Amino acid sequence: MTTPSRGPDGIAGEPPVPLGLLAELTHRCPLGCPYCSNPLALDARAEELDTATWARVFREAAALGVLQLHLSGGEPAARRDLLEIVAAARAAGLYSNLITSAVGLDGKRLAGLAEAGLDHVQISVQDSDAAAADHVAHRPGAFARKAALARDTVALGLPLTINCVVHRGNIARIPEMVAMAAALGAGRVEIAHVQYHGWALANRAALMPRRDQVETAEQQVAALRERHRGGLVIEAVMPDYFSGVPKPCLGGWGRRSLNVTPTGLVLPCHAAQTLPGLAFWSVRDRPLAEIWRASPAFSAFRGTGWMREPCTSCPRRERDFGGCRCQAFALTGDARATDPACALSADHGRVAALAGVGADGPYRFRTHRGAGPGPAGEAERIPAPSCRASG
Amino acid sequence: MTDAAPLGEDVRPRLARGVRMVESAAHGGRVLLAPERLFKPDPVAAAILELCDGRSLGEMIDALAARYTAPREKIAADVAALLRTLAEKRLMDLA
Repeated sequence: MTTPSRGPDGIAGEPPVPLGLLAELTHRCPLGCPYCSNPLALDARAEELDTATWARVFREAAALGVLQLHLSGGEPAARRDLLEIVAAARAAGLYSNLITSAVGLDGKRLAGLAEAGLDHVQISVQDSDAAAADHVAHRPGAFARKAALARDTVALGLPLTINCVVHRGNIARIPEMVAMAAALGAGRVEIAHVQYHGWALANRAALMPRRDQVETAEQQVAALRERHRGGLVIEAVMPDYFSGVPKPCLGGWGRRSLNVTPTGLVLPCHAAQTLPGLAFWSVRDRPLAEIWRASPAFSAFRGTGWMREPCTSCPRRERDFGGCRCQAFALTGDARATDPACALSADHGRVAALAGVGADGPYRFRTHRGAGPGPAGEAERIPAPSCRASG
Repeated sequence: MTDAAPLGEDVRPRLARGVRMVESAAHGGRVLLAPERLFKPDPVAAAILELCDGRSLGEMIDALAARYTAPREKIAADVAALLRTLAEKRLMDLA
């Protein structure tokens, strides 16, 4: 068994074959997590793609080679046509993964989705402590709802992943989160350190763990993996601010994944709209294959031709692809720069200076009103998307 | 993991719930799909996986022995090794 071939890279006119599509069905969400990966300016319901268009996108994705479909949001259950959407995914032959907050989705509706062909359920749980979880989710009762849907998922025989985003406020409870996932009957648990994009960037100081917390977490994860070997699968990745090694953006820009926004724009990654000057094409106007092959946004950073030093001559250039373009831009103002998370980046000092430096403080919770001010007096304290001022 | 325990020929290996094998021309053949993961089985592994349809391990080995020229014991060992690996990754139920 090997990981699949990803198609030829960097050959003119012959793009790689994608594996996954993230369908952001809606930006509507009953939660207000301060690290939400959605953009600060959220799409409105009236502009969302309709059922038939999503079904067409799924068929086009499957024809293009996409195998796995992630139904996400926002909260995908906010779509009244979720059942039809899941059925369309199965009809297209895609493996479907529902990424849900569990709020607005009960066991009865989930049973319908299972019957329609849903393959896997991923439930976000904000903490192992109910009160802390509801605080971060910005919704009373959310934790209990998640636990109930997790049990419904297992009772239906669907495989369950519990996703826990970890940050300064909960990183000390990783063993409890893993125990919770095991108790709920999950087959997988993701310990996902916050990635500082979108709302998370706006809340970076309040979310940033201390360096000693990250080191302890790493040791705990190693011990937990050993204990659960052959049972619960524990996925965890060191936060790149601390590791000195950049993350390959979804396995390389325009190489393995596509992201379709609620209104139909096709992005190489969910944060790509933060980059200036990229033209995104819409599934309303063009077939998905044409967008994947020829859209300027996908071509911009595909392969290695766009790189500069130190990436150009780096032996890791086809493993991490220069890291995250959105992070490079957010931290240096230059989307072609080496991701400053990389220790070889001339700007790495900026990340190193930010890593571990945070402050317990009020969050700016996600709101559908968009980029308005957060908690009273907080807006002014939020670091600007560019850190040039500090360097 | 009990790594050395023999795998009885009466077990009925099945892909775990949430694991599916599909044919993808774009990816050059069979692909095993699982939650957040996918694997590309080589032709022999794919042939073994195709037989995980509820029949017993003994029946699977018989079917493979009729198809390949290798000795039955060699086939049995290869099949058991693959099934154990997949079970450890929670892709296979061995019940």
